[in-house]
Amino acid sequence: MPGDVSALQLVLTGDPALLAIVRLSLIVSLSAVVLAALIGIPFGAALALIQFPGRQAVIVVLNALMGLPPVVVGLAVFLALSRAGPLGSWGLLFTPKAMVIAQTVLVAPIIAALTRQTIEDLWLEYRDELNAMNVGPVGRVATLIWDARFSLVTALLAGFGRAAAEVGAIIIVGGNIDGFTRTMTTAIALETSKGDLPLAVGLGMVLIVIVIAVNALAWTARRAGERMAG
Amino acid sequence: MFTRRLLMAIAVSAVFAGSAFAQDKSILVASTTSTQDSGLFGHLLPMFKDKTGIDVKVVAQGTGQAIDTGRRGDADVLFVHAKAAEEKFLSEGFGVKRYPVMYNDFVLVGPKSDPAGIKGSKDIVAAFKTLKDKGIDFISRGDKSGTHQAELNLWKVAGIDIATDKGPWYKEIGQGMGAALNTAAASNAYVLTDRATWLSFKNKGELVIEVEGDKRLFNQYGVMLVNPAKHPNVKQEFGQQFIDWLVSSEGQKAIADFKINGEQLFYPNASDPGA
Amino acid sequence: MRAPISDLPIRFENVTVAAGAVTLLDGISLTLNPGRPTILIGPNGSGKSTLLRTAMGLVRPSQGLVTWGGREDVPPTRRAIVLQRPAMLRRSASGNIRYALRASDVARTEQQSRIDELLALVGLGQLADRPARRLSGGEQQRLALARALARDPAILFLDEPTASLDPAATKAIEDIVHAVSQRGIKIVMATHDLGEARRLAGDIVMLHRGRVVETGPAASFFSTPQTGEAKTFLAGELLV
Repeated sequence: MPGDVSALQLVLTGDPALLAIVRLSLIVSLSAVVLAALIGIPFGAALALIQFPGRQAVIVVLNALMGLPPVVVGLAVFLALSRAGPLGSWGLLFTPKAMVIAQTVLVAPIIAALTRQTIEDLWLEYRDELNAMNVGPVGRVATLIWDARFSLVTALLAGFGRAAAEVGAIIIVGGNIDGFTRTMTTAIALETSKGDLPLAVGLGMVLIVIVIAVNALAWTARRAGERMAG
Repeated sequence: MFTRRLLMAIAVSAVFAGSAFAQDKSILVASTTSTQDSGLFGHLLPMFKDKTGIDVKVVAQGTGQAIDTGRRGDADVLFVHAKAAEEKFLSEGFGVKRYPVMYNDFVLVGPKSDPAGIKGSKDIVAAFKTLKDKGIDFISRGDKSGTHQAELNLWKVAGIDIATDKGPWYKEIGQGMGAALNTAAASNAYVLTDRATWLSFKNKGELVIEVEGDKRLFNQYGVMLVNPAKHPNVKQEFGQQFIDWLVSSEGQKAIADFKINGEQLFYPNASDPGA
Repeated sequence: MRAPISDLPIRFENVTVAAGAVTLLDGISLTLNPGRPTILIGPNGSGKSTLLRTAMGLVRPSQGLVTWGGREDVPPTRRAIVLQRPAMLRRSASGNIRYALRASDVARTEQQSRIDELLALVGLGQLADRPARRLSGGEQQRLALARALARDPAILFLDEPTASLDPAATKAIEDIVHAVSQRGIKIVMATHDLGEARRLAGDIVMLHRGRVVETGPAASFFSTPQTGEAKTFLAGELLV
């Protein structure tokens, strides 16, 4: 198919418009993953360690939120950020920041739920040792997060995969504005609607290559780290 | 430590992202898929930017959604094609003034084999009646867009109450023009489309134009500034500059000059007060 | 920093520990005094591990009272334990010890020399940078011992530290325990190996079905056991 070749060629030859799209996709999704990690990892760790009434219900809800439909998240963030909505004065709708917010909402439950599982498993293993060493609550959380860091990379990758692949949320809150909020996935949706299926497929292949590359990078880092720290 | 370096890089990229988000002299225009997908904006906006330095960001939506975007105050300017809905928007006080800009036309496309036997007709209403009588597959946008509203209007003119008379042949997909064309191409159905999207559409398959040239297929575009009295965030000055340029002789000529394969897509008519 | 008052003696007053419907310790009264190693013996399931974990403070009694040096609820700053299956932190061998040193507020400047000293003591000097979870079973036991000693305890609890080790590894552990005891650290150790009990014991506590059946100096326990359970157990017969 000539289309695939042309999309790949555009990337390889450094077509500025396409590179800007790729760059924005990465910036938005990586920023969302970083923010979601800052929220989701402490939340997941706290949920793993703190016993309180209703904890099981929170876990069930959190696990269910991993499957939040992007379009619903997009709509909710849209309504919040719209000028007529509660956060309208921020003026963020149809900006990359709105896309980051939407993807953060989408990804944070994934990272929190996977963190909760990972930390809880590790806590079962470490509990007696840490208690025997008289480690306080803050030290416990820090130790468990640090020692689970390689598993948590997997949680971050799951979040990144979700963010990079979704179109439903960012097309609503970003508006797919040429040169401003157009990402790989919204561009694919657009080219499909224009009937340029070969170009859409080509863009899709570029997206897949990027996602694989990010995963390979993280996997390599994880392996290297594990060799050093077990 | 590898991971730490990786996380650091991600964090740094997140910080730098802030600068990529910085914006200056720009307006947001809510418009329709036809103006965007045909490439009209790609043709007009660089000229306007050269002249004024204003960046125009276009959110391409169906006309219904675009008008709702304006109603919420999320856009500065509306550039759409559904006169009745636009006038309602004005009368509710959400817009300042409507300026006619240009028109293009709708065409009825369908499979080359033409199972309805309407090819070459200049009477769109008769063609619609035939489709309904023979129960020929028809794809409707079903998304309250300008094209969808034009289609509904044609059914009404044909004396058909489509809400009650529709059968399994009438498929509402609730999506944009491109998706409707893709669906029609994949299922050999008929579909009403604006000519601009049709000409630039690349996945035509077996589809050809069946009916065109009926005056009732003309499609008028208007442009409006969202009322700053309702939404103080509206960039009144830049938005009005864009509108003024579109209806100026320079803007009108730029619209007339836009062609695909030598074919003119939009016909400027800002000087026609009835449009 | 040393607490001014000792955790010893550790006194159990009518202590019962239950997990659900299962009674693990059943009304135990017992005093662990300073001095030579106290060895807990008894068949599997007799309550040795639970007694050690209760004395360490990891398990709270369901009934009864445990006191350390006459006080209740004393945090384990002067006690350390090597669990039956020690968990290795996902760090290097030296990282595991550094963690314990930090948890005991040992000054950063002193940490490296203490790490070197402790790894040398347990014979792991060559493996300092190896991930702890990649060490063999015997090496992990020795690292767990070094990690426990890093806390500079006055009392060291050991839960079958030589179970499933080969004779050479067992001897390595026993030598270290012996040396540690010589330094004045109170050893309380569970074993089901009577030979090991004979080699290390100062005092013996024999448990059966969550109760103490016999206590006393090792010499008299082995020469003239007083109870039927002790006689049966020493004779190498199954105690049910």
